Amino acid sequence: MRVALTLLFVGLIAAPIIYKKMEAKKESASVSADRNVALAQYGFSFQESAKAAKIDFKYKSPVLDPKLNHIMPEVASMGAAISVVDFDKDGWPDFYVTNGGIGTKNALYRNMHDGTFKDVAADVGLADVNQDGTGASTGAVWGDYDNDGYDDVFLYKWGRQELFHNDGGAHFTRVTDQTPLPKWANVNTAIWFDYDKDGKLDLFVGGYYAEDVDLWHLKTTKIMPESFEYANNGGRKYLFHNLGGGKFEEVSEKMGISSTRWALAAVAADTRGTGYPDLFIANDYGVSELFLNEDGKHFREVGKESGIGYAPKSGMSASVGDVLNDGRLGFYVSNISEPGILIQGNNFWVPDNAKTDGVPKYQNMANTMGIALAGWSFGSQFGDFNNDGYQDIYVTNGNVSLDKEHNYWYDFTKIAGGNKAIINDAANWPPSTGRSLAGYQQKKVFMNDGSGQFKEVAQAVGVTDIFDGRSVALADFGNRGVLDAVVATQNGPIMFYRNTATPANHWIGFDLEGQNSNRSAIGAQVQVFWNGQQQIQEVAGGSGFCAENDRRLHFGLGKADAVDRVEIRWPSGKTQTITAPQLNQVHKIKEQS
Amino acid sequence: MSSSAALPTSSAPQQSAFQRFISPSNRYLPPIFITCILLVSQVSYGVLESFSRTLLAIATAMVFEYALSYLVYKKAPVLASAYITGISVGILCRTPEFWPFALTSAIAITSKYVIRWRGRHLWNPSNFAIAVMLLIAPEYFSTLGIQWGNAVWPMLLVWALGAIIVYRVKRFHITATYVISFVALSFVRSLFTGHGFFTEVAPITGPMYQLFIFFMITDPRTTVSTKKGQTIVAVLIAVAEMGFRLLQANGSPFRDFMPAIFSIDAPYYALTVVGPAAMVIDMLMHPKKDEKKATPASAQGPKLAATA
Repeated sequence: MRVALTLLFVGLIAAPIIYKKMEAKKESASVSADRNVALAQYGFSFQESAKAAKIDFKYKSPVLDPKLNHIMPEVASMGAAISVVDFDKDGWPDFYVTNGGIGTKNALYRNMHDGTFKDVAADVGLADVNQDGTGASTGAVWGDYDNDGYDDVFLYKWGRQELFHNDGGAHFTRVTDQTPLPKWANVNTAIWFDYDKDGKLDLFVGGYYAEDVDLWHLKTTKIMPESFEYANNGGRKYLFHNLGGGKFEEVSEKMGISSTRWALAAVAADTRGTGYPDLFIANDYGVSELFLNEDGKHFREVGKESGIGYAPKSGMSASVGDVLNDGRLGFYVSNISEPGILIQGNNFWVPDNAKTDGVPKYQNMANTMGIALAGWSFGSQFGDFNNDGYQDIYVTNGNVSLDKEHNYWYDFTKIAGGNKAIINDAANWPPSTGRSLAGYQQKKVFMNDGSGQFKEVAQAVGVTDIFDGRSVALADFGNRGVLDAVVATQNGPIMFYRNTATPANHWIGFDLEGQNSNRSAIGAQVQVFWNGQQQIQEVAGGSGFCAENDRRLHFGLGKADAVDRVEIRWPSGKTQTITAPQLNQVHKIKEQS
Repeated sequence: MSSSAALPTSSAPQQSAFQRFISPSNRYLPPIFITCILLVSQVSYGVLESFSRTLLAIATAMVFEYALSYLVYKKAPVLASAYITGISVGILCRTPEFWPFALTSAIAITSKYVIRWRGRHLWNPSNFAIAVMLLIAPEYFSTLGIQWGNAVWPMLLVWALGAIIVYRVKRFHITATYVISFVALSFVRSLFTGHGFFTEVAPITGPMYQLFIFFMITDPRTTVSTKKGQTIVAVLIAVAEMGFRLLQANGSPFRDFMPAIFSIDAPYYALTVVGPAAMVIDMLMHPKKDEKKATPASAQGPKLAATA
């Protein structure tokens, strides 16, 4: 009996070690330096091509108040953002990147149609936006708020927010002073969406630090979260209702959005089929929030009722995808996972059919699907990289990469476990003294096998950088029928991953333009039916971490040689059906008025 | 939580129901207390990854306890001890995976039956299992290291209730000694690290320490036999913890090669190291007393069994 017991005990302890060894063996067998092997094995392969594409941008973090010097890398650790837009309406996606240091310039990379880009931000008036006294950019979202056919841009900052009107794709005019935008706020997320379906884009803006905090001129060091996972002392939220004629009204309180959690990401989607977009907010230092849209008249926060409002984590990113091809959109939220220290795991909230008082119940399927562990995760986006008909997920990560030999984790956990009175005061935070905190991390590309399981293939398909990734956005930059990925890194260069997908798979794309709906078609849902399958996607006015994808929707179709039909539900509520559309092309579709 | 406490008998009819409830002889007092902590925390703050994972940890601990006790001693065990082990694992284990909850509980309970000396197990089961899991499966496993909520009153309430209970079960001196030692040594650590006193004292304000000081270091089966010895051991655990914490201090020669886990989870490793050593010395000093105890507390039937 004694021997049997001992064997049992040794077996229990050995089990995870053996499991890890088997997993590592499997993984090493699947990684090859040859791109053709990845292409054959997974159906796609990325190649980092920033230099070839003439993208030479490098992000520089802001230098904040000297009272934060001892933890400057941890505080000034965000701001590298990317948003994709076709600002000049030439049919080729361009992208805008933000910078952080005072006096640094943001860049607008115009697509030159030949695989290269040219920074035209200075020419169009969008470069010099980080002047002293105005704060630092943290992101930008594009939407045609006045329905003139050209996407305008809301630039959010830790500092003075800015709205620029797009004058026919040639120049941008600052129109901030005509809006009720806050004079100062520490914003880390914003999205365009038409919450009341009046055909005019409204704007949600989410604060991170409280808005009375000027990070360059601190009156107090008590600016930090009051808890590592239960903080409620972050920035306020703003909801700007578009009144038309370039006028906005701030209605957050009236509409029921009064959160002061530390928002890092927001995304809007109609996951209930009501025709109205709900609002999902991923918060750092706390639970996510789900605001149900009640007929455009009010928002009701249902985090707890829906199941997502428990088990607080460190929400960094929020994106929406239908990974099971069953017409259900789920919310993917990135969090922190560091072996042995903090394993929160990312969340993938999928609604089930149970509803109480109109509130769907969400289950966190991330662990079951194999998409939970992705390091100190930041930006994430859904996209079908190999056109096999199933949406994959790109997750970038890495927090602070400095000293490779020493890390800040132990000192960080001392303060992270502290009571409100201690953690809230930056003066109590131990100095990081040049150490890394979850730095030099390998990125994650989760490939969907179509059965609800994902395989992590980043290294195998060529995503091999270890910069501190922040914002990731997807677009078919070359109009080649494949989704490329562009990544902003903190204190690093832009990573431009050009995708090559197997030609054996087909695809279809949709470029929507609203008539009664907002012209950007943000909120439009497209459902493609083919070969007994279906997939739903929604046009988003911002998603992921401080990012916006190309608003053209891209569907992989696998080896199918026909699509049965496509159903479009416009934000106005109108529906449109297209039968047997051509494959392997982007369909430009105008809403029927 | 005293190992020598007897079950309530009819010889104490003058006790009220409440007195009987908080009597040291009520073997269900610690399980009820830890259950209250869990429920209040979950309802107030939603602290658990999910109830199902915690229930898995509890169920695994109880199934293993029952099976091993039956196989080894041919006795149905008292499951209160396994329940506390399971619930402690369910609270302290932080991972989105399910299996670490089950495996940690299984290792905890099995360790009681395998690692024995002179008929007694030497390690607090859940503490031992957590320390092992952090080493063998860090990719999938971490421990509770953050606050539950922002409010001070729930923390004070738990501390007050916990203090009353450990006082009733004659273990208050262990908890108090450890807390005083930790606070005093926080000051010493701040001299070494140059960090503020509040920075160094911050960890003990978290819920992990509530479980540690009320359930782990007071575990009657893995504490030494005399009150004086228990007090000394509590101080030694705090000192060892300081040692583990200082491994990661600036200028520490160990910082380059010792994993940060040893410092981040310093209390677990301090108890892992000090606890068994103290037990061995205690058993050598009091051989007759210890050698009588040949079976785990949980398999002894009418004895209090309250180990985490």
